[in-house]
Amino acid sequence: MIDIVLLGLNHKTAPVELRECLAFSGDQITAALDDFSNYPHLSEMILVSTCNRVEILMTTSDRLLAIQTAKQYISEIKRIPVSEFENALYIHTGEDAIRHVFRVASSLDSMVVGEPQILGQMKDAYLTATQKNTSGVILNRLLHKTFFVAKRVRSETGIGDHAVSISYAAIEMGRKIFGSLEDKKVLLIGAGEMAELAVEHLLRNRSGDVFVANRTFERGLELAKRFKGRAIRLEEVSECLEEVDIVISSTGAPGFILTRDQVKSVMRVRKNRPVFFIDIAVPRDIDPEINRLSNAYVYDIDDLKNVIDENIEDRNREAVKGERIVDEAVIQFRKWYEGLDVVPTIVALRAKMEHIAECEIQKTLQSLKHLTEDDRIALQRMTQAMVNKILHDPTVYLKRNGCYGDKSIHIDMTRKLFNLDDETHG
Amino acid sequence: MEKVTIGITFLYLLSSAGYLSYLFLQKSALQQISGYILVSAFLCHTAVIGYNFFLAGHIPVRDLHEALSMVAWTLSGAYILSLYRFNLKVLGAFAVPLAALVMVVSALLPRASIEAQTSFRSIWLVFHILAVFVGEAAFALACGIGILYLLQESAIKTKKRSFFYKRLPSLELLDASGYTCIVAGFTLLTIGLATGFVYAKLVWGRFLSWDPKEIWSAITWLIYAALIHERLTVGWRGRKAAILAIIGFCVVIFTFLGVNLFLKGHHGVFTRW
Repeated sequence: MIDIVLLGLNHKTAPVELRECLAFSGDQITAALDDFSNYPHLSEMILVSTCNRVEILMTTSDRLLAIQTAKQYISEIKRIPVSEFENALYIHTGEDAIRHVFRVASSLDSMVVGEPQILGQMKDAYLTATQKNTSGVILNRLLHKTFFVAKRVRSETGIGDHAVSISYAAIEMGRKIFGSLEDKKVLLIGAGEMAELAVEHLLRNRSGDVFVANRTFERGLELAKRFKGRAIRLEEVSECLEEVDIVISSTGAPGFILTRDQVKSVMRVRKNRPVFFIDIAVPRDIDPEINRLSNAYVYDIDDLKNVIDENIEDRNREAVKGERIVDEAVIQFRKWYEGLDVVPTIVALRAKMEHIAECEIQKTLQSLKHLTEDDRIALQRMTQAMVNKILHDPTVYLKRNGCYGDKSIHIDMTRKLFNLDDETHG
Repeated sequence: MEKVTIGITFLYLLSSAGYLSYLFLQKSALQQISGYILVSAFLCHTAVIGYNFFLAGHIPVRDLHEALSMVAWTLSGAYILSLYRFNLKVLGAFAVPLAALVMVVSALLPRASIEAQTSFRSIWLVFHILAVFVGEAAFALACGIGILYLLQESAIKTKKRSFFYKRLPSLELLDASGYTCIVAGFTLLTIGLATGFVYAKLVWGRFLSWDPKEIWSAITWLIYAALIHERLTVGWRGRKAAILAIIGFCVVIFTFLGVNLFLKGHHGVFTRW
């Protein structure tokens, strides 16, 4: 019987230092797939390696041997004794392995539930395996189902819905205020990774003109060029406020660089059009009193972190729905997987019966030379009908009882009774 | 006809229940079904009003029962229109229960129709009634949107995720659609008042009688005119506009009902019960 076996480690079972050592590069993956195809007890294999996990998915006729082979292979290639990583490994077989694959692809096993990269990474791993021909009937179907389940989980639940990074959270709030971010003008004061990332997100959302103000004008020019915007001097910020809709502030200034009075006087000139201040700096750049002005909104880094925490809670709630979808899919796949055994058995049985019938009819017809063509056909039809009728009940029984519980007993018995495994049928 | 009206009221109530459940559960199917129920209720209602119009020979607002039925009709019609324009599904939880409530009250009121007078058969009266009622329905929607705006703004300002936060669209969308409703309402109210004056001249010989209804209608008109003017010049938008939309609608309710119930005047006949 063919077993599905999964062996691996992830961010939950192994610290990053260990994961670093065991990660497989692209070349190492292709080499591994080549090497593994030389082992007779391993029929199919896929290897997934990302910064958060390394997993080997195999189908094998000898479960324990396969696990041992995999461990030893990792140990040799990575030059680490098995004992040093053995404890970090998790091993799943059969239904557990199927469930694990579904969960991982649906990002239910990721560090941040709902992250979108893992699906692409698994698709790449599968592509490599198909190119190296190490994926066969079972893993092909498993992976196709996996992608389908991942898509279902993503579209039917809200696990990927809300922002879990500071920059995305800021954009999300912006959308709650402005609806569409298209053509909204942006002012970046200062610089910094998160702030610049936020500006990039805004640009991707087709925001309008970008203004950059920096204590060092040259740095401002640099950033402005990158965002295809305009650099302005810090003194011009007040004037700029009259035009822009979103202000992202991330300077090293020890105090507030924008005060409530500054903004209050500008609101009138702006005709009270709403303005959103994103204050990523610590210590804060934007006077929080500004939030109390009508149509002005200030979110500092703690506020954004709270937004993210709430979103993560939401995602975890949605993950429960995702698990239900995975459970459904596991049951369906299992039915197929277990049905796999029944079909070849029935096919082999029929093939054997037909072969016997064929031999006998040939022998008989040879000694009955006086028969007409019609008689021959009638005799052949008779043997065919006999084979069909004889096989009808066993076939129905196997198909019906082939999907529940210990079906392997029935299949085993059938194969033994009719001696199907001695000859190469089906 | 009784039974049909009860059926229509029931449909409105059903649609309200649907929209309210949508507000809580957020399942898209709920709001879709509620929409279909609402449209069917509206069509039946249109048929009933049309039939009454035909029977009476003039627009059917002879007593409070009929007037309220007209209110519910214009309100649901206005909301259906707004669904096409803004697709504010959450607003249904405000507009449709309101329409249903009005229908229920209308059904409970006794008929006290006044005698049909030939003066009722004027086309000016039809325009006056329709323009004013639809305009006021638009103001009702603007009020609902204003309430939603304030709820959402509070969630964003205080940074506490309220029940409504997920369920409401952006502030900008609420503000813009609220303003559109106010402009629409104001235009219709202006037409309504103008046709009212023309009708008054035809029937009573003068444009203005300094009737409480006329005075309060003028006050209502001024409030919304001020809102629009200040928005265009100074920028009264967002919070201020939302609050004014709510206040304005309260004045509208008083102008429509309160004046008739508590003060005297020639509109009193239409809200007898």
